[in-house]
Order: sequence, then C-alpha cells, then structure tokens
Amino acid sequence: MTLQEHGVPRGGLASQRLLRPLTGLHTFVNFLRKTLVIAELEARKLRHDPTELITRAVQPALWLLVFGQVFTRTRAIPTGDVPYLDFMAPGILAQSVLFIAIFSGIAIIWERDLGIVHKFLASPTPRAALVLGKALSAGVRALTQATFIYLLALLLGVNLNLHPLALLGVLTAVILGAILFSTFSLIIACLVKTRERFMGIGQVLTMPLFFASNAIYPIDIMPDWLKVLARINPLSYEVDMLRALMIGQSSATGLLVDFGVLVLVSAGLLLIGAKMYPRVVI
Amino acid sequence: MPILETRELTRQFGTLVAVNRLTMSVEQGEIFGLLGPNGAGKSTAIKMMTTLLPPTSGDAQIAGYSVTRHAGQVRRLIGYVPQMVSADGTLSGYENLLIFAKLYDVPRREREKRVRDALAFMGLADAADQLVRTYSGGMIRRLEIAQSMLHRPAVLFLDEPTVGLDPAARRLVWEHVQQLRADYGMTIFLTTHLMEEADALCDHVAIMHLGNVAAMGTPAALKASLAKEGATLDDVFIHYSGSALESGGTYRDAARARRTARRLG
Repeated sequence: MTLQEHGVPRGGLASQRLLRPLTGLHTFVNFLRKTLVIAELEARKLRHDPTELITRAVQPALWLLVFGQVFTRTRAIPTGDVPYLDFMAPGILAQSVLFIAIFSGIAIIWERDLGIVHKFLASPTPRAALVLGKALSAGVRALTQATFIYLLALLLGVNLNLHPLALLGVLTAVILGAILFSTFSLIIACLVKTRERFMGIGQVLTMPLFFASNAIYPIDIMPDWLKVLARINPLSYEVDMLRALMIGQSSATGLLVDFGVLVLVSAGLLLIGAKMYPRVVI
Repeated sequence: MPILETRELTRQFGTLVAVNRLTMSVEQGEIFGLLGPNGAGKSTAIKMMTTLLPPTSGDAQIAGYSVTRHAGQVRRLIGYVPQMVSADGTLSGYENLLIFAKLYDVPRREREKRVRDALAFMGLADAADQLVRTYSGGMIRRLEIAQSMLHRPAVLFLDEPTVGLDPAARRLVWEHVQQLRADYGMTIFLTTHLMEEADALCDHVAIMHLGNVAAMGTPAALKASLAKEGATLDDVFIHYSGSALESGGTYRDAARARRTARRLG
C-alpha cells in the first residue's frame, strides 16, 4: 500500500465558523440533528445484524400463546367484558418494550470497555444527544416488536383498534416507553460500570417492574401495598395508554396523564443520563 | 503561541496522584510524544487534554481554549484516538467515517469527498464497505485515525497508537502519522511506551514517571544529556524513570492491554 497524494489544501485550524458559540435555537437544532445521527448509527448496526430482533420476538410470543391462552380459558383474572387475551396483549407489548429497553444499557458498558464511548465524548456532540439517540434506537427496536405483536394478536383474534390515530398513539407510547426505560438502563450502566453487575441489577429490576404493574392483571385486584407500587411505576401508565388505544378500554388515569407522566419521567431521566454519561469513562 | 499548553495540570484519584503538575507546551505542526511505562499517567494526562476527565487542579489549553472552561470549543478543535479499539466493528469502514463526519459538522456537500479522501489517505479505499470486524489490527488503527482527521483537527491526540500491532503494521501507522503532518500541517500529540516509536516520530518528547515529568526535550538532546557514548532513547528512559518497562498499573490495566492486543492482533 502506498500513500496517495491529494489536492486537499493544508488546514491547521478548523474553520472559525465552527468555533462560534452556539445560541438558543441553534443549540436546539444542533441537539436534534446530533440525536438523529446517533439514532442513525444504531439503525445501521441493526440493519447489518437484525438477528436480535428475531430472537427478541420469542418471549412475547410465548406469553401470548401460552400464558394468554391458558388464562383466557380459566377466567381467573377479572377483566370485565373483554377476553383476557385482549386485556393482556397491550401488557405484553409494554413488557417487550421494557425488556428491550432495560437491557440496552449493557451496550454502553461494551462500548466503554472498548474505546468507543471515549471517542464520542471527545467529539462536540451534546451529551443529551448521545443519550437520547441511544434511547431512540431502543424505540426503533421496540417498534419492530410492536409490529410483530400486532400481527400475532390479530392472528389470535384479539379485537384491536386499527384506526390510524389509535396506531399513531400506540407508536408514541411505545417509543416513549422505550426512551424512558432505556435511559433508566443507561443510568444504571453508568453507575455499575461492569457487565456482570449490570446483568444482575437488570434481572432484579425487570420482574418487579413488570409484576408491580397493570400489565397482566388489573390494579384493582392487587393488595394495597402493591397498588401503591403499581401507581408509581411508569410502566403502569404506559400499559394504561396502550390498553386504551389498542383495545379501546377506557383509560384509568386518562390518556393525557399517561402521556404527561411518560414525557416528564423521560425528560428527567434524560437530564440525569446526560450528567452521568461522561462519568462512565472515569 | 503554542497550540497546546498545560499549566500545573494535576489529577488525583483518592490519594493517588496520577498526574502531578504537568506543565508543557507543544508548537503547531509538531509531533510530540509523551513517554512512560504503563501506569505513568500518560492516559490520564491525555484524557484531561481531551476533556474526558476534569483536572483536580491546573488547566490545559488548546489554541487558547481551556479544557475546563471551553470544553465545547476544545472538542471541535481536537481529534482523539483512544488506546482501546474505538471503531465500531458492526459497521463498515465507510459508515464509521460517515457518522463522525456528521457529528463533527463536516458540511453536507463536502462530506462524501472528505470520507472518500480519508479512506484513500489511509489506504482503506478497497475495504471501505467491509464490516470493520473483518479488518486487521493495523487497518482498524488507520480507520480510527481517519475518523478523527475528518474535521481537520488542530491537534490530533493518539493514545498508544501502535499498541498490539506487529512491526509492519506499526511502521505503516508511523508513515501515515508523518504524512498527516506533512499534508495537513496537523499537530500530533501521542503517548507511547515504545522508545523506537518516539525516536521515529517525535520532534519533542516528555518522559513521565509515576505522574511526574522526569525529562523533556528533543530525542537528540535527551540522548546527548547522558554521559554514555551512543546512548539510545531506551537508555534515556531507563536513566530518568529508573526502570525499563517495569509496568505499574493494575490487574485491570493489564487485562485491558491484553484484550486490546488480542482484538488488534
């Protein structure tokens, strides 16, 4: 291999234009643009190797096919006038979003053990854009799950609301849920810093988040102490939103409240994540 | 005015002083080498200069911008290739560069050309569309350097750029580093524990030992400062740091170094 000559001009310093401090709107547009670049990066990775998406689809399929079918038959859980399978389908969607998102933080630990995170942090990319970009990519992964679960649910005869506005709402809820839990996951990854500890904590968190929610049974039938936990669990709000939009059951807390909770919690976690992220390399 | 300047740059981890009052300056267009055994504080120093690690005290400036007060501007002015593998193995070489061209705000109409030029410059044009995990260690290093030169940084930081490479791949990286300076007038700041590397590349070197700078100057001047006839940079190193490559560092450092070597091998 030989070195090639190029007609590229010498340029010591980067152009002055780049050095001007950014202000207001500029900062925000830059933040959005960089967020999309990070999301694009993740989407490209996924395109090269989509096996993750397929293996991820197994678990929700089992829940719907096995757990859902059995409990629909026994009618052990009171779900009013909707069949149990219809009741749980939104819960399983929320669960699969949760599972994809909550383990996404491990990628950060991988990238930190290599030098990838260092390189991103030394670039002029806003920290919050690095975090939100990763979170959006969890959203993309979650959307493929949602498509799969919709197809399976339709096959199983679940009475889904297919109105475009309802679908748009589901899309929003899925992406918000993925952003929320993957940012949470990233914060944990920044705290524990090793894969082993992260996996341990991930396992410990996932099941309580899932069971202390309205995903597979209504909050009404829970003991009081669990009701309290379910009400502060953001997953309950995601499920409530999904259930209202997917099977038309009236929302317990109100769609606007659900949406508000998901957005506010995500924003809060994003701010914490952006603060924590640079510390992952220290 | 020097392009890179540090004043009393210090970093403590608990009671350990990893870098102790590092004061030095690098002129534009220089290749400057920070030498020292593992655990001497080189990586810590480079992390502070690249805004990854806040100094405990003191400061560093790149083209007059402080790493503590103007971190955003500093990040626009520098390129950084970490010691460990920083290219993404699950993407192609082209994609790795494209993403960084976007992150560094290379104007859209120039982007494609810059990326292609960088690939050609590093001798990677033919491998551009292969996944990076199929690359050899030397190719990965050159790709990483290509990634960090896309925005024509004023200072390019290379942390142990040839660790784990075989001699042929190492030489090729050296040639490219020299070509970068020749073609773009780039200032290059590198760390290494290979005396041969410092001798081949650097205009000035600083020898670090246990967080302190033990000696600083041109390789020739440092060699001449020893009483010994025909002294090599190795002798200089042993003279000032008291040991050849007796590594400090922890279990974790050792594990990392070997892992990196294996990935690159």
